[in-house]
Amino acid sequence: MEKRVVFDNRWLPYLLLAPQLLVTFVFFFWPAGQAIYQSAFIPDPFGLKTQFVGLGNFEYLFGNRYYRESFLTTAVFSVLVTVSAMSFALWLAVLADRVIKGSSAYRTLLIWPYAVAPAIAGVLWLFMFNPFTGIIAWMLAQLGYTWNHTLDGGQAMALVVAASAWKQISYNFLFFLAGLQAIPKSVIEAAAIDGASFWRRFRTIVFPLLSPTTFFLLVVNIIYAFFDTFGVIHTITKGGPEQSTTILVYKVFSDGFVGQDLGSSAAQSVILLGLVGILTVVQFRYIERRVHY
Amino acid sequence: MAEIKLEAIRKSYGRTEVIHGIDAEISDGEFIVIVGPSGCGKSTLLRMVAGLETITSGDIHIGDRVVNKLEPRERDIAMVFQNYALYPHMSVFDNMAYGLKIANVPKAEIQARVAEAARMLELEPYLDRKPRQLSGGQRQRVAMGRAIVRKPAVFLFDEPLSNLDAKLRVQMRLEIKALQRKLGVTALYVTHDQVEAMTLADRMIVMNGGVAEQIGAPLDVYANPATLFVAGFIGSPPMNVLSHDIRPGRGALDPGAVIGVRPEHIDLVAPGAGLIDFDVAFCEPLGAETLVHGVTAAGDKLVVRIDGEVKLPADGTRIGLSIDPARILTFDASGRRTET
Ligand SMILES: Nc1ncnc2c1ncn2[C@@H]1O[C@H](COP(=O)(O)OP(=O)(O)OP(=O)(O)O)[C@@H](O)[C@H]1O
Ligand SMILES: [Mg+2]
Repeated sequence: MEKRVVFDNRWLPYLLLAPQLLVTFVFFFWPAGQAIYQSAFIPDPFGLKTQFVGLGNFEYLFGNRYYRESFLTTAVFSVLVTVSAMSFALWLAVLADRVIKGSSAYRTLLIWPYAVAPAIAGVLWLFMFNPFTGIIAWMLAQLGYTWNHTLDGGQAMALVVAASAWKQISYNFLFFLAGLQAIPKSVIEAAAIDGASFWRRFRTIVFPLLSPTTFFLLVVNIIYAFFDTFGVIHTITKGGPEQSTTILVYKVFSDGFVGQDLGSSAAQSVILLGLVGILTVVQFRYIERRVHY
Repeated sequence: MAEIKLEAIRKSYGRTEVIHGIDAEISDGEFIVIVGPSGCGKSTLLRMVAGLETITSGDIHIGDRVVNKLEPRERDIAMVFQNYALYPHMSVFDNMAYGLKIANVPKAEIQARVAEAARMLELEPYLDRKPRQLSGGQRQRVAMGRAIVRKPAVFLFDEPLSNLDAKLRVQMRLEIKALQRKLGVTALYVTHDQVEAMTLADRMIVMNGGVAEQIGAPLDVYANPATLFVAGFIGSPPMNVLSHDIRPGRGALDPGAVIGVRPEHIDLVAPGAGLIDFDVAFCEPLGAETLVHGVTAAGDKLVVRIDGEVKLPADGTRIGLSIDPARILTFDASGRRTET
């Protein structure tokens, strides 16, 4: 049923919406407009003047090997973060759902990582994996495996993926647990009586009934991987070694603020914005359609 | 098809025991109704038979096997839940076919069996629908269909009709009974509704506070309740309970003991002409019968059931009650039935 509130006063709804609209305008539309505007200019080497180049910045970007590689890096990074954060969280939620006693204690413990700021999380993982002083790096060395993510691009990627996923697991866990608990117990019991094993019940009953939650988390996690992982990457690898962990949002930062190429940075922001928009639309159009029952 | 035997079944949650040792033998094809007030442990007992709850002590036999340690799917049972527990994301067909697919029944046979069940339950037009597109009664039938396609040895029902309106409930009650007769499957049916219990049961297990107070055929239980609880629970309105013996030539009852008499075993006569007099408080005319409520001189409340066409006595009048002393039952202080 549709819920509708009717306001007698024509201006009240706008007044109530005003703070939210203001925030959205100041922190989203205005910067987005600025980015689009700036993406059409290049500054001179001294930053004193800017010159209009139209789509020149975009042309340059797509011709640039590093930028194209950053696309691939982003794809690999976000798929890995999303898949590992979601599957690990689902696994934990299934376990917690089976425990009746003490589940609130587990829940509280599992929520903690979410309260940790990205940069702190990054530093935490950096400490553990520091090639010279980190405890896990040391343990790996004992096992005969050399850990140095400052030299090895694969290891660097693994580390930022682990740190980013770790931070997001709590969030996913909460939603998955709530989703699991919303499935009527008797439906699961009916399936057990129908002869389905635990795994079969999970595959044919639990997972399909969880799909609205899964879809929601998919959207949230991809956006998280695209944007919110900046702090983690900045503290752990700074995009290196050799750009192996430079995802698009990090490149916006490093080209714009480190490289001072504001025009290119703005163009990248515009591309990123468009990309996320397209991804979200695709998710809603094609995946969401299949999750309703 | 299978017999079921319950031997000294107990169930505890932590330190609280909720089922205090139940014994019952159920023969093949019998329709057994477990009836009792809310919280008496009916569902718990049924779920132990289903394998959804562990058994704290005692043995459950289904057929010639002790099933205590078996998973639900190994017990050859099917269950209909109070909320139907249909799979919301599957069509009616898939709901019914689910168990068969798991059992690796060939596709053609799945088709045939589901079609047969759908025909029996008049669900044919709805096979492609999702559960949310069905009415309560239709959902109930799908739950039934899911149970029967698997051809289990035992049907378990946990209050399957309590979410339906009164009229549909009566109709489905008859259908369930007919279906069970036709298939000849042993059935265990839980309800708190004594009318449902009386009409469905071959034999009923009357439970109270985790104990089986009486096991027997509905009419035997009605005529010969083993305890005061059963006398009060089975029958509507319940048996009248009096704290004074009204039979001629008897002394006072033992402390705490009571006598009971069914409302229909009392006739209205002229004051002084019966065993005892009572003052009419009010009448409830129900059409076919009338219930006359009143109080005896000793202060016991009584209900008398009389034919609906008899003229109603006015409120406040004094009337005599004629009762066949042989119809009067006695119960001791602990509520057990005593002879005399
Ligand atoms: N998981 C549980 N933990 C602790 N106590 C429980 C649990 N499940 C049931 N009980 C208790 O066991 C008793 C019997 O419960 P049960 O569900 O079998 O009652 P019931 O006869 O089916 O009642 P109703 O007619 O209301 O469904 C109740 O007192 C209930 O509080
Ligand atoms: Mg119950």
